[in-house]
Amino acid sequence: MSATQVAATHWKGALTRLAENRAAMTAAVMLVLVCLAVLVGPWLVSTTSQAVDWDQISTPPSLHSGHLLGTDANGRDLLARMLMGGRVSLAVGLVATLVSVLIGVIYGATAGYLGGRVDQLMMRAVDVLYALPFLFLVILLTVYFGRHIMLIFLAIGAINWLDMSRIVRGQAMSLRHQEFVLAAQATGVSSAGILLRHILPNLTGIVVVYATLTVPQVILAESFLSFLGLGVQEPLTSWGSLISEGSREMENAPWMLVYPGLVLGLTLLCLNFLGDGLRDALDPMRSDRRDGA
Amino acid sequence: MNSAGPAPVLRVTGLQVSYGPANRSTDAVRGLDFELYPGEVLAVVGESGSGKSQTALALLGLLGPGARRRGSMLLEEQSLDELDEAGWTRVRGRRIGLVSQDPGQALNPYLSIGKQMLEMLRSHQGLRGGEASGQAESMLRAVGLTDAPVLLGKYPHELSGGMQQRVVMALALLGKPVVLVADEPTTALDVTTQSQVLALIATLARQSGTAVLLITHDLAVVRGVADRVLVMYGGRVLEQGRTEELFAAAVHPYTAGLMACAPGLDSTPGSALPSLQGQAPGAGDWPQGCPFHPRCPRRLEKCETSMPALEQISASHWRACFNPEAE
Amino acid sequence: MPGLVFKRFLSAIPTLLVLVTAAFFLMRAVPGGPFAGERNLPPQVEQNLLAAYHLDESLGRQYLRYLGGLFHGDLGPSFQYPDYDVAELIAAGLPYSLQLGGLAFLLALALGIPAGVVAARRANTWVDAGIMGVSLVGISVPNFVVAPLLVLVFAIYLDWLPAMAVEAGSGMGLRNMVLPVIALALPQIAYIARITRSSMLEVLNAGYITMARARGLSPRRVLWGHALRPALLPVVSYVGPAAAALLTGSVVVETIFGIPGIGRYFIQGAVNRDYTLVMGVVVFYGVLIIAFNLVVDISYRLIDPRLRRA
Repeated sequence: MSATQVAATHWKGALTRLAENRAAMTAAVMLVLVCLAVLVGPWLVSTTSQAVDWDQISTPPSLHSGHLLGTDANGRDLLARMLMGGRVSLAVGLVATLVSVLIGVIYGATAGYLGGRVDQLMMRAVDVLYALPFLFLVILLTVYFGRHIMLIFLAIGAINWLDMSRIVRGQAMSLRHQEFVLAAQATGVSSAGILLRHILPNLTGIVVVYATLTVPQVILAESFLSFLGLGVQEPLTSWGSLISEGSREMENAPWMLVYPGLVLGLTLLCLNFLGDGLRDALDPMRSDRRDGA
Repeated sequence: MNSAGPAPVLRVTGLQVSYGPANRSTDAVRGLDFELYPGEVLAVVGESGSGKSQTALALLGLLGPGARRRGSMLLEEQSLDELDEAGWTRVRGRRIGLVSQDPGQALNPYLSIGKQMLEMLRSHQGLRGGEASGQAESMLRAVGLTDAPVLLGKYPHELSGGMQQRVVMALALLGKPVVLVADEPTTALDVTTQSQVLALIATLARQSGTAVLLITHDLAVVRGVADRVLVMYGGRVLEQGRTEELFAAAVHPYTAGLMACAPGLDSTPGSALPSLQGQAPGAGDWPQGCPFHPRCPRRLEKCETSMPALEQISASHWRACFNPEAE
Repeated sequence: MPGLVFKRFLSAIPTLLVLVTAAFFLMRAVPGGPFAGERNLPPQVEQNLLAAYHLDESLGRQYLRYLGGLFHGDLGPSFQYPDYDVAELIAAGLPYSLQLGGLAFLLALALGIPAGVVAARRANTWVDAGIMGVSLVGISVPNFVVAPLLVLVFAIYLDWLPAMAVEAGSGMGLRNMVLPVIALALPQIAYIARITRSSMLEVLNAGYITMARARGLSPRRVLWGHALRPALLPVVSYVGPAAAALLTGSVVVETIFGIPGIGRYFIQGAVNRDYTLVMGVVVFYGVLIIAFNLVVDISYRLIDPRLRRA
């Protein structure tokens, strides 16, 4: 069987196992709901995130006022802002994760496959980068590049690839010694060819798992930055900015903190559950499974 | 069995061990009967998949959570069948001991030898301090290890395989059990060490009266050390008897085949080694009737459909076969 | 052992050097200086200021000057707070960050490890699912959500505990520290519980554990006497860097609770281009990480006798 065929059969069993994991499935469903809400919601809500309702500044949530989740100190509808903010937060999750996966996989697979001194050097670099405080780098990058949204995505992605690269490197190293790789080498396939056609397809499983676990990390990072006032700029908003505002207005308008906080927490929780579920599904031999298998 | 002698210290009747759902179960042990007498070494011989290791685990209550056990096990006339974990904790180590195959895996690499021994003494005999170390040292000497005080301070990885296995035996015997189950105790050791460890087992059995259940796949091991032999195949007993009886005149085709396969010191170099046809199937893949029949040169038609019962052919010799070798 | 410490010390120097260099040049690469911005200074004054702080020299010279200062333990003056040395500022904030971080660390260990052990012992029961579920929440919900919520519930609504960590006159009392320590410790408790559980489960499958049971040792003895030690190894690995991060103060917690610790300097320094202050915190953090990694290594050797080659 070719490497891709091996990977394909591997997947089928995994998907079944995943489907049986109720927590992970519930999490997946909720995530889909959140994504839908965030994509479609702004059109369904009666007001926009910018519209100021002068009569109802800082009002609590109610079903009658037209502001389901209340308004903020500027009279803007919280629900609308949360939905728009959700777009930003989830977009960060996607783009930054993509960036970090790209860098991490290429770096890690190359290091793991080539091995030897190249690998040692590359991994030493990773070790040193680990020592740099993440916060520091991101803050510097955002201060340097300004608070343009795309650049924030890239910056966060560029910071988060370290873990992915280590995991991928480990996998690549063990794959390197497997028979189908040796066979490919014996028939004269180039290194790049082996990487592309044999190593990478077999990494998909583990990459998917860690990508799913990276998404909450990057969303968290962006929220964190926004909380500190270093994230996206007005008029854009994200869940982190909303929480930051909310914590300042906590005493008068607790709903401003509670709802964005709940949504962020819930989304992150679901992502982690799903990631865990994927990990269990793809690696059933682990001794620390939580479902008794 | 010896009806006029001492009572058996272990009596197993109809032992069955199976795994998996009832309609598709994997049967590892399918009806095992034997008795073990004080001071003797009973060897249980079989290939992998014959169910011998499962028997060892069953005797110590260490079967996995998915295992179903039936039959009865009586230790000094007390039943082991309904014990819960607390009950088993009182039995293990104190009344039945275990020595397993790989000594490297049996000792905790993070604790010193002394710590592991003293903890046994404290837990089983309530001994502490100088009295405990004294006992530990004398036990180490009893298993043939020199320089006992120094050894107590060492860690498992600092010892050779043979030394480790002796320590494992010392630990097993610290609780003064009446039965010692040795599951392939020498398989992971080199040949010279093997014979030393086996001799040690035999001596300990004679001197302390501990009954030893020696599980092995290696006939050479059996010859020097065992008083009686029990041959297992397909989760069942095929032949049972005193060592001399079996080696002189095995009656079951399987036993005879095993004997013939094992190269002796008197076999001519260069001559072809006879071998048993075919391979032992894995646990659960047993055919109907006698489990050995697919490979048996003496099989009859009825061997394919029914399992022969265990019949006594002399005071100590039993066999289960429809078409045995000449007696 | 002294050989090990010395070797680590030696190999720490290049890492620290790289760290300092990277931080230095990154910081300088950011546009705008400490004196640019709102203050409209006459060019002459600005010139003088720059000269006084050596900012008019080439980057290379400034770098060497900084390194030189480091050897003497001089982290340079703070640009933002002209009356203070960076070293002084860090020394002032350190006790607060240390208290906060240290207590959070101890709390995390005290709750996390037993939780993990219990979860492993009762693996696949509802106890396990409960502990792991709660820990997943602890990891997922960010502390900048938890901390304000804690203040909201306990300080504002219930009025059981003070919202500000430092009160005028009495400093940072024990009652004041309850909420910030809990907020800081929660995700760590969760991580440690998960790591302990997973590592404990692996250890419990080992041959020597089965043999310990086979020797008739009580389940409690097997768990705490035989299984715990090796199970702690991954926890130790995790805890080293985590402790360093905890001790340098959590920016969020310090901000929300008004704690004058090191974390806040960091953010403010970055935003205000206070180069030396930021560098100082980075150097401090780097030293801590190296020190803690050394402690982790030594602990490994203490726990696993196989690593103690004479």
